[in-house]
Amino acid sequence: MNPRYRPLAATTLIFVVAYGLCILQYPGMWSTRILGNFLTDNAFLGIAAVGATFVIISGGIDLSIGAVIGLAGVVVAVLVSHLGLHPIAAFGIVLTMSAVFGAAMGAVIHFLQVPPFIVTLAGMFLARGLASILSQDSIPISHPFYKTIMDLYYRLPGGGRLSAIGLLMLLVFLFGGLIAHRTRFGSYVYALGGNPTSAALMGVPTGPVTIGIYALSSLLGGLAGIVYSLYTSAGYPLAAVGIELDSIAAVVIGGTLLTGGYGFVFGTLIGVMLQGLVQTYIVFDGTLSSWWTKIAIGVLLFLFILLQQLVFSAHKAGARLKKAAA
Amino acid sequence: MPTDFRPADPGSVGNRQPETSGADANVVLVAKGIVKTFGNHTALDNVELALHAGEVHALLGENGAGKSTLIKIITGAYTPDHGEISVDGVQVHFTTPQQAQSAGIGTVYQEVNLLPNMTVIDNLFIGRQPRRYGLVDRRKMAREAHRILSQYGLDIDVHAELSTFSVAVQQIIAIARAVELSGKVLILDEPTASLDRTEVEKLFEIVRRLKARGLAIVFITHFLDQVFELSDRVTVLRNGRLVGSETIGDLDRTSLVRMMLGKDLAFVHAELAADDTEPSSPLMHFRDFGRSGSVNPFDLTVHRGEVIGVAGLLGSGRTEMARLMFGIDTADQGALNIDGEKISLRAPQDAVSQGFGFCPEDRKVDGIFGDLSVRENIIIAMQAKLGWLQALNRDEQMEIAEHFIEALDIRTASADLPVKLLSGGNQQKVILARWLATDPRFLILDEPTRGIDVGAHAEIVRMISRLREDGLALIVISSELDEIVSYSSRVVVMRDRSLVAELRGAEINPSSIVRAIAAQDAEAAE
Ligand SMILES: Nc1ncnc2c1ncn2[C@@H]1O[C@H](COP(=O)(O)OP(=O)(O)O)[C@@H](O)[C@H]1O
Ligand SMILES: [Mg+2]
Repeated sequence: MNPRYRPLAATTLIFVVAYGLCILQYPGMWSTRILGNFLTDNAFLGIAAVGATFVIISGGIDLSIGAVIGLAGVVVAVLVSHLGLHPIAAFGIVLTMSAVFGAAMGAVIHFLQVPPFIVTLAGMFLARGLASILSQDSIPISHPFYKTIMDLYYRLPGGGRLSAIGLLMLLVFLFGGLIAHRTRFGSYVYALGGNPTSAALMGVPTGPVTIGIYALSSLLGGLAGIVYSLYTSAGYPLAAVGIELDSIAAVVIGGTLLTGGYGFVFGTLIGVMLQGLVQTYIVFDGTLSSWWTKIAIGVLLFLFILLQQLVFSAHKAGARLKKAAA
Repeated sequence: MPTDFRPADPGSVGNRQPETSGADANVVLVAKGIVKTFGNHTALDNVELALHAGEVHALLGENGAGKSTLIKIITGAYTPDHGEISVDGVQVHFTTPQQAQSAGIGTVYQEVNLLPNMTVIDNLFIGRQPRRYGLVDRRKMAREAHRILSQYGLDIDVHAELSTFSVAVQQIIAIARAVELSGKVLILDEPTASLDRTEVEKLFEIVRRLKARGLAIVFITHFLDQVFELSDRVTVLRNGRLVGSETIGDLDRTSLVRMMLGKDLAFVHAELAADDTEPSSPLMHFRDFGRSGSVNPFDLTVHRGEVIGVAGLLGSGRTEMARLMFGIDTADQGALNIDGEKISLRAPQDAVSQGFGFCPEDRKVDGIFGDLSVRENIIIAMQAKLGWLQALNRDEQMEIAEHFIEALDIRTASADLPVKLLSGGNQQKVILARWLATDPRFLILDEPTRGIDVGAHAEIVRMISRLREDGLALIVISSELDEIVSYSSRVVVMRDRSLVAELRGAEINPSSIVRAIAAQDAEAAE
């Protein structure tokens, strides 16, 4: 097996084993109902994490995702509840705005050569601030369209429900995978993460690609915000605080290298599911504090970074041996 | 010159202009009056280059002469301060390498790293992947990749990651990529530096084929043999200025070297003559020193004030020997005695504290810190030896850096320039300066002159002799026998991971070294 796949394989294995152990303790966890809830509860995180996967593969980071989710939710709520727009129109406006917001961050990163960390940190404050100016409080959304969508589901065998937003998340992962592995844009993202100078000299249009990456990340942030507003039937300026870090954790646990150049969209899905599993376990247990989720994720993250280091240094040593033998 | 150099539309070709260089109908690309400054350092000063269809055009000059900068300007990686470039008589304003690629200019830049994290296929096709239904067509790319690489006699797994291949294979992939891209012009900036003889032959064969197809090929190299073997025309730069452009028939080696250096080859050689004084006292003794799977045990005594040349074929264990002596790999047998005291080398720090220094073979990977400044690169080993508690302040650092920049004649705009912007020879000098700053007693140089030009070459060789006169002990690994012969007081020959011969005195000449290296082949044949 290509050593690059090892972290991904390890994540998958850990997920399967962990799920198995959970089921041994709580047989109730083995049901499509739990699985369906998994997908629904983590839909917004998963969608945002797909964007984060692209950003991290390109060697960047996006700290504004959580704030963009919050802003998108508030804007949708204002447009629908205060201004009476149809949700579909509001979605269109919010998605466009989000993409433009991300593109602007990408442009600053590329043209002014400011580190993504700083630019997206500024973007985070900006988006959070804007959301709070629009409203201090949670704005409920009671449009019938919302109800229609949330009532849509596909009945899984065994009584579970695959909700519309759960399905949307799976589709986003599918598209994400397609873009990453089967389009020119996807290959440019890996190229940037590998070596931006070489990439530029090889004719990769680094400017448009950087802009595209952050536009995609914010666009998915916006979509996640819409999903979050569907999930909670409200827009709240302080929604999804810290989700950017959860999504980065999901990306890294999913086998993507934090320094860029390597990674899998599919791995991120497993990373998200693993986080969801920990949460579900805690709910089942009933006595543990929900902060144990964070502790478990912290431990997992640490393990994975360690594992990646091992794999990559072993790989390098192997390459050197090969070179010496040649 | 008031030329307006605002970037035009992507890949745009400006207003049609009459061919300025006159009658020559087969001129493909002309660069005229090119000026480029970095800070207050003028890298190119009014340089001109004209490429004709169906010619191999050698671009020569010492390190730092401005060759790579010129290439980058022609291909849109840099924007010139002044000057104009036209392709097929039409003025162009490339602002990105991509535009030059679409105009049919394929380039292998000197610092080709390609994309080590991606597959061979990706590296060959990125930027122009064939598509089906909007998605990249992996099957077609794999087929094409095999076809392309087979022309170079390369049959490899094209789905494997680039970093799993040797530098030479990567170089061939870079070349193959550029050749595929070049409809009109192919530019190769020192492509042969890491290729062996047969690979060079294959490359030349392909270059000749492309030439027959009517391409203009720019070829930058430091090997004069290759210039005479391959090129039709030679343009020489020196210190950012154009020295001249001649057809190869009008030149002989001496005049070419004179053009490049502004001095005679004989003069260079005179300075290289080795002196035969016997080395003085022994400094250290490696006894049965070895590491299983890497280098077989060897015995070697090193004296103060001597240069030990290490000869051998690629892969004979020379570099491994150096790594062992510097504690990068630890010896699992034998012992090292320095001044009669037993020393164990478990890590490079141990070696450094004994006054050892090591300039590795692949300076880009193991030697320089590309993003750090010249000053920081020079100071780093010294600082490590002092310990981080005794930090040198900036002024002290600057003083030391300036001293070595002057002493070793390091060509850099300032001591604060990132080292990666220097030319190869100058980077090599920076590494040398780094170790000299630690005031070492024993220096290991692994291929110190690889990939650098005649002038810098001669300088490094002179420096080796000077260090030896200062009482340093040096071990120099080199594939260039003439060079080894010129500075070594002793030559050891490596073969099959063993030290197999030690030559001294009159034995030190290229033919006996070759005989010592080759002896095994005769044995093996039996
Ligand atoms: N990006 C850069 N910034 C500053 N100086 C540079 C840069 N690129 C090249 N130089 C300087 O320009 C000069 C010419 O370098 P280069 O074109 O690489 O020479 P060559 O390829 O002939 O060895 C050198 O003195 C080098 O230090
Ligand atoms: Mg160069």
